[in-house]
This record gives sequence, C-alpha cells and structure tokens, in this order.
Amino acid sequence: MSFIKKHEKLEKNSILLLIGIIITVLIGGLVEIIPLFRMETVIEPVKGVRPYTPLELAGYNIYIREGCYNCHSQQIRPLRDEVARYGHYSLAAESMYDHPFQWGSKRTGPDLARVGGKYSDDWHVAHLKNPRDVVPESIMPSYSFLARNGAKIDDLDQHLRTLRLVGVPYTDEMIENAEKDAIAQANGEAKMDISGLTQRYGENVNARDFDGQPNLVSEMDALVAYLQVLGTMVDFKATEEVEEAAP
Amino acid sequence: MTDAKKEHSHSKKEIDTVSGVETTGHEWDGLKELNNPAPRWWLWVFYISIIWSVWYWVVYPAWPTFSGATKGAYGWTQYKKLAAEQQEIKDRQKAYLDKFEKASFDQILQDKQLYAFAVAGGSAFFKDNCATCHGTGGMGGKGFPNLNDDDWLWGGDIGTIYQTIRYGVRSKHEDTRVSQMPAFGVEKLLEKEEIEKVVDYVLSLSDPQSAAGKDLSEGQEIFELNCASCHGEDAKGSREVGAPNLTDSIWLYGGDRETVFKTVFYARSGVMPSWVGRLDDNTIRELAVYVHELGGGETGKVASTVTAPDEATESVPEESVTAPEEQENGQDEAMPDEEAPENTPAPVQEDDSNPVKPMITLPNESEETGQEDGHDGE
Repeated sequence: MSFIKKHEKLEKNSILLLIGIIITVLIGGLVEIIPLFRMETVIEPVKGVRPYTPLELAGYNIYIREGCYNCHSQQIRPLRDEVARYGHYSLAAESMYDHPFQWGSKRTGPDLARVGGKYSDDWHVAHLKNPRDVVPESIMPSYSFLARNGAKIDDLDQHLRTLRLVGVPYTDEMIENAEKDAIAQANGEAKMDISGLTQRYGENVNARDFDGQPNLVSEMDALVAYLQVLGTMVDFKATEEVEEAAP
Repeated sequence: MTDAKKEHSHSKKEIDTVSGVETTGHEWDGLKELNNPAPRWWLWVFYISIIWSVWYWVVYPAWPTFSGATKGAYGWTQYKKLAAEQQEIKDRQKAYLDKFEKASFDQILQDKQLYAFAVAGGSAFFKDNCATCHGTGGMGGKGFPNLNDDDWLWGGDIGTIYQTIRYGVRSKHEDTRVSQMPAFGVEKLLEKEEIEKVVDYVLSLSDPQSAAGKDLSEGQEIFELNCASCHGEDAKGSREVGAPNLTDSIWLYGGDRETVFKTVFYARSGVMPSWVGRLDDNTIRELAVYVHELGGGETGKVASTVTAPDEATESVPEESVTAPEEQENGQDEAMPDEEAPENTPAPVQEDDSNPVKPMITLPNESEETGQEDGHDGE
C-alpha cells in the first residue's frame, strides 16, 4: 500500500513526474545511442571491403535515382530461409561505405545484397532493358534508357571528395583519377590500360565493357558495374572466425 | 500541484452516492471523477511484464556497455540460432546426404532413393539460382541455352554438366570453360560479302530451302577455311571448344539471317558464372543430376573426357525456344565464397570432394565457338 501511495505522490507532483519522465526517456535514449558511439564494436573487422570505384559509384547513384531501393533490399538477414536463398547473411562492414546505405525495407523484387557475380553482364543488360525477356513473370519496369544515356562521370571526383568528408577513405590520387578510372573500368583490359585502376582499387575490380557498347560509358555500364560488385568484396574464408566472435 | 493537493485534501473521503466509490475531488460542471483503481488484470500484466523484462535482461543480450553489450546468460546470438537451424536441416537430410556425398554419379543414377533426393534438391536450387537465366523449366532464352533438349554445347553427360556448373563458362574461375569465336567482321578476318556468303552456307545446313537459287560453293569454302576447325568439317560442332552444331535448327541467339550475320560479324561469348564457392559441392551435384534429368541428359562416361564432337545428336529439340545446352551465361566475377544455401555455415569447400572429376579443359585458342544456336525454327 505504501508503494501505491508513493506512486500517487509522483503522479500528483508535476515536477517530480517530469523528472521521472526525463530519467526514463534518458535510459531508453542511452540504450539506443551509446552503441552508435561504439560503432567499431558492431562492425566486424572483415577483409576486402573497399570503397566503390568511380564507375560503381556512378551506378550506385543511378540505383538511388531510379529508386531501386523501393523494391529491392540489400540486407540478407541471418535467418535460415534467407541465407538459403540469397547466400551468406550481410555484414555491417559490407555497407560501411554506402552513404546512404541501401538496406531497403521492402522486397517487391529479390534482395540484391549478393547479386554480384550471380548473373552475366549480358543477363543484367537484357533484364534491365526488358525484364520480361528473361523473367516472364517479372513486374519490374523497363530501364532500357540506361543503355542510351551516357553516365555522368565528369563530376565523379566531386562525389569522391564529398564522400571522403563523411569518412570514406578515398585518396587524393583516387579523386584525381576518378573520371579516368571510370572510363578504364567501362572499357576493360582488352581496350585500355587499367593498371592505375587495379592498383588503386585492387586486382579484383571488374573492368570490362559491361553493356556491349564499346564506344559509350553508359548508365547501363555504371549500374551493371555496381550490381556486379554487390556482395562480392568480403573474403568469407578469412572471415569465419570473426563471425564466430561477432556480437 | 499545490492546488491539486489542496483539492485532494478537501475532497478526501468524498464518496459518490450512486456508486459508492470515492471521488478524486475533481469536478467539471457538476460531474465528478470516480477514483476507481486500475483493473486487477491490468495490474497483474503490468507487474508480470516488469518481471519478464528483468528475466530478459539476464538471459538475452540487452544492455549496451562500452565494450559492446551484455552477453546474456547463455550467450545467445542470432548467428548461433541460424547455425542451429541450418544444422537441423542438415540432420533431417542426413539419411540421404551422407550416402549422397560418397556416391558417384553412376551410383546415384542407379539408386532410386538417392536419385529422387538429388532431383528434388536440384529442382529447388535450380529455381533459386539457375531459372533466372535458363528459365523456370530450363527452357532457356536468347543467349541462354535450353537445358531440356538434346543439344549440348559442352557435353550432356552428368560429369560434364557438373563441371560446367562448377566452373562456369568464360567465368572468372581459373578452371572455367573457355573458348572464343573470333569476331570475323570486327577483326576484319572476313569481308562483309564473305560473311554474307558463309552465312548463306551455314543457314543452308539446317534449312536447305533458305539457299534456294544461291551458289553456296564460295560460302562452303570460306566455312572450311575459317569455321571448320571448331565447328567441324561437317559443321556438327565440337564440344571440346563448346562450338555448337550448325546443322540442326537450334539457335542460341537466333537463326534468322540478320542474327546469324551479327553472330559471325561480332561473335558471341556468353558467360555462365562459376558456382563453386557460391554453392556447396553437394548442391552442385544435385543440380547436375537435376539438369541431366531435365530431358537431354546423356549417358556415358561420367568422368571422362569429353564426348566426341559429333556424337551429339543433331538436333531434335523439343520446343522451340532455344538451344543447346549447357549453361552459358552468367557472369564471371568472382564471388566471395559464401556458403551455400542450406547447410552449415561452413565455408566453402574446396574442390576435392567429388568422386567425379570430369575433365575437360579446353583450349583457348579455338577459333570460333559457340554461338549460334537458339531458336529454332523447327
């Protein structure tokens, strides 16, 4: 009874009540906010994740512009069925250079977190031009105009510079060569010297003519380059133990 | 608040005459508020949820700390839960999986149970991974081979199919099947008129009427000089280099004149990704059995070197759509190794495991290859 009485005191004294509310909200807030200051404890230190190349970044920008995230998620949750369908669950580190991240919240279409390397460039191009050509039951809109539009690559250095402000480790050299690297990646080894690109972004960079139009660095090139790298950066063999220890 | 206090004291003990319940003393235009206690059931739920939350803090990871978060009494994580669930699936399949793992393809083909197991599993994996290009029923599409017919680019026995799935075609894997038809037009190996002629000749092989009234001798000569080294003197193709049979009416990219001209002019090089890393070995073997079962599977040497180039059937496909076989397309790219869909989180396995090791590796120097096929014209 005395407990109830004290409660009554709290309810009838607005200052006391206010203080009580503040304390309660503070606890709730801290529980959510503290982890943000300790981000490094939740991002698994995996190997292999690198910033997007300029061409991939252009593709990423198109991905956002076209609203792909409205229908496609990029996060494979650690649930059995999801892992069975899409592959290894997503790691926080895999989207640490995405600003903003593209996790999405709705799957009208499939998850794309690990779509990289799953299909051929030809497939992606055919599918983006007219999804029904390859997946008859698809309800995805056609994006055939991407093949006709040149990708905007002349301002990529500024994109890189901006991303560096929020923590993406682009070097001066990367920024300086952004446009050149984009062109090299969309042409590939067969047609151009890509040594600068691979030296800056690693040997595993996909450099080739993605859209089958050798004379144009199209938006299709950029988007396919982006899709083809999704989920392919992490070396999972080297990461297993880390996962074990992951929170 | 002082007001409230006062009011409260004033009205203390005021009892509502109708309900017999004490009032709070608040009054609005003559209406008074009854001071009923909260319902008993509600209070109990409230107290129980407080107790439950304390239990939850103890058992599950709950409170953030400066080095992460409290771990919970049993160290529960969603990753452990996932692993346990995957293990459960594995255990359920264990009766078959253990046997399947050790059985050779020959044994699987003869063991009804294992075969049914492989086909069922393969069918599910096919829908998740292969159907996007090859179609839900394996009927293929332009540039993506039909897996139902008897026409195979690289070979249709089960070991060969297995290898194709595992390493892909023109994929990034070092053991991939590789071959590249030259772009006769782009590389200026042939003049436009020459290409026209050889196209006439090639079309006439499957559809003699198409060449009515045309002189094919020049085309044939060009074919023999430039194309026969891969597609064969008889144009029936070669599986060593994935060169399609040109005498059937199955076309991978289309058999109309314009498409075939483009094929010769620009060449084709469909890519199929390698799945070794993305899918585990059992899965790939199940898929091989499933694809083999689709209709066009050939018997014979499971582990051997490729079938002779021409033993392949000439055509006979069933439906119309596309083409020959094997998968092609896909892309290269390396995949990280993730694990395979079901089954444990265990990482990718490396190759060894399977008994069957088909071996075909193809030369890269071939001149032409695969391309045309698709679509047939019946």
